[in-house]
Amino acid sequence: MSGVPFYAQIINLMAALLLLLAFAMLAQRRVLSLIDLFALQGLALAISTAVVAWGTHQPHLYGSTALTLLLKVIVLPWILHRLIRRLDVRWDVEGLINIPITMLIGIVLVVFSFNLAVPISQLASTVTRSTLGIAMACVMLSFLMMITRRKAIPQVIGFLSMENGLFFAATSATYGMPMVVELGIALDVLVGMLILGVFFFQIREQFDSLDLKHLEKLKEHQ
Amino acid sequence: MTLGAFISQLLQVAIALALAPLLVGWVNQCRAWLQNKSAPSLFMPYRTIRKLFMKDAVVAENASPMFRLSPYVVFGAMCCAAAIVPSLATDLPFASAADAIALVGLFALARMFIALAAMDIGTAFGSLGARREMFIGFLAEPALLMVLFTASLISGSTSLPTIVEALARREFAIYPSLAFAGVAFTMVSLAENARIPVDNPATHLELTMIHEAMVLEYSARHLALIEWASALKLFNYSCIGIAIFFPFGIAQGGDWAGVLGAAPALIAKLAIGGFGLALIETLSAKMRIFRAPEFLGTAFLLAVLAMLVNLLLGT
Repeated sequence: MSGVPFYAQIINLMAALLLLLAFAMLAQRRVLSLIDLFALQGLALAISTAVVAWGTHQPHLYGSTALTLLLKVIVLPWILHRLIRRLDVRWDVEGLINIPITMLIGIVLVVFSFNLAVPISQLASTVTRSTLGIAMACVMLSFLMMITRRKAIPQVIGFLSMENGLFFAATSATYGMPMVVELGIALDVLVGMLILGVFFFQIREQFDSLDLKHLEKLKEHQ
Repeated sequence: MTLGAFISQLLQVAIALALAPLLVGWVNQCRAWLQNKSAPSLFMPYRTIRKLFMKDAVVAENASPMFRLSPYVVFGAMCCAAAIVPSLATDLPFASAADAIALVGLFALARMFIALAAMDIGTAFGSLGARREMFIGFLAEPALLMVLFTASLISGSTSLPTIVEALARREFAIYPSLAFAGVAFTMVSLAENARIPVDNPATHLELTMIHEAMVLEYSARHLALIEWASALKLFNYSCIGIAIFFPFGIAQGGDWAGVLGAAPALIAKLAIGGFGLALIETLSAKMRIFRAPEFLGTAFLLAVLAMLVNLLLGT
């Protein structure tokens, strides 16, 4: 790894950490720890964005760092914690498939996305282009998490962490998107979260549970 | 083969044989301190081994010759492993005979013999322990292999001395893959050495035991050899960890005078590692046996991730 500047090494480390946290979220049984892991992932993302900004002298990325830190480490986990308290749902998360098998599928996904990313990252000219594969793997793992979880809140966390992966892909491959786009996405995520929060209450009022399998048979009983 | 290499090889095996019980004693002492108990003497394992060697052996009537043979095979395998792992010097004449994969094979040989010997007598405890040992073993081995492969990928060779030389000489760089592999290796070592999250080394006659259940039928010199071999196993695993993750201070190439400087460094690193082990054992509770696949699955996952991340980032 000689010849790679020090800041790129830190970004690589953060990328590896993001991947590890994605796996940890996939394996996590408790919903409260899931939120903490999500906040940690946001923190790793913020640090890596700040390091990219510092290493490549792109001041506008400091703005995205601040936005990430505020939104994904403080506001969203706080909203989720409050939702869980209000909904009084501290149950263990049940997956559709057991955890070791989910992990194995996760490894296959990582191999797949690494392979997929190699030709793309060769086109990019940035120092951090090799982390594109990891960003892609994070998106895939979040997808997997949304598929394997049955309850509403873990699915929403999966959705949010997918956004983390996309954001990381943007910073690693192209040194960030224009500020307008980033602000737009951040606002979208926030508003989406609020709307989904309202949805949680509606779902629970209808079915007395946040289990999404009830949504599958809306038609059958009419 | 030079004389210097020959001397450093002999010295390394001798130090492994002599220090292995001391390491066990040190871990026990640290654990007692951390748990507010009065600590046993540092030299307690030596006394136990001496006491066992002086007793007369009792062997069950229906024991086959394999039962008598097994302790010697296990002890021999551990001695071979101690000769292969570069703990003091990298210029080892014997190490070219076997690489990292053969090392895992040596550990597997020892495990197989001890499990067969446990089932040989036909007691309930023996078969139970043997089954559990194989259960843990088949989960731990792939993870260990993956960790060694990660180190091999970085250094471009599966031969342990070459790995150590490549890793010790590299310039300073952050290797995320080595960090992952380090955590995975720690988890595998805990499981392989019958340490707390997986097995409790301080129990006798409990339903949850694994290693102790297998050696219940042994006595006297056989038991002494097995105790010594399991101490050597812990020593070897610590040395593999040191060789891969903290290779600084190991004598390089033909510098056999450096062996004298490498010995204090090894002892210091082992002392720190032993304290770390005692800390882990104090802070964690023993898992249910059916949680072990999850524990070792995580180790395997980390090791595979280390390899993949290394392939993607480490160019």
